[in-house]
Amino acid sequence: MPLFRRPSSEPLWRDEFSISTADERYVSRRQFTKFLTLTSLAMFAGNLWILLRTWFYREPVYPTRPVARAGEIPVGGVKIFTYPEASEACLLIRTGQDSYVAYSQKCTHLSCAVYYSASRGRLECPCHDGAFSLADGSVLQGPPRRPLPRVVLERRGDELVATGIEVNRSVVA
Amino acid sequence: MSSRESASQNRGLTAIDGAMALIVVLLMVQMWLLEATLENFLAGHREVALPAAVASAVLFAVCLGLYLFVDRLDQQARHHQP
Repeated sequence: MPLFRRPSSEPLWRDEFSISTADERYVSRRQFTKFLTLTSLAMFAGNLWILLRTWFYREPVYPTRPVARAGEIPVGGVKIFTYPEASEACLLIRTGQDSYVAYSQKCTHLSCAVYYSASRGRLECPCHDGAFSLADGSVLQGPPRRPLPRVVLERRGDELVATGIEVNRSVVA
Repeated sequence: MSSRESASQNRGLTAIDGAMALIVVLLMVQMWLLEATLENFLAGHREVALPAAVASAVLFAVCLGLYLFVDRLDQQARHHQP
């Protein structure tokens, strides 16, 4: 930096803030456009990732596991069990004398734990007022767009056995 | 700066604003597309992944083209400035 300022017609502040407003506007807009384009690239990368997951998808193999004894819970009662992993909580609901349904307890919106509302006869999510049908797990109201995954149950003698998880493929538009 | 150069720069700024607005709209479409593809993928509809990826690639290519257009306008404006 020179020790002495050369005499010029420009005021001192123009030397020290030597960026013109027009330049500033152009640069910031260009940078913003670049940021938007990089965000667009990120969206494309997301779609590409889903495509790769689709290409390398393998059907999961579920274990066969007893979850409850028949008559263990009363009609309208609920039992929480884990299936297929110890971290995956599910709800077993006795809907009639000989009818049971089981669903994943994880809401398909933001993974809050759903509960059985006996008074309304449906599964409800307390986080965002989502509700699912007891009959097939389909969405009745709220922000979830996918039904609850249903645990496939079989009755083997005195036991109720979980044999797999069925994903209802309907998506609310 | 002469009035002719100023008018040219204003036209450039308007073109950049238009390109930016178009990129924002395309980006919103791309975000919706990604969200819808993910929901369908999680619901077991894996057949939508390929068309969605192709559509997203096209949208990104248009965004990139618009960005290059903005970049070129910017270079021209700088070149013409005294």
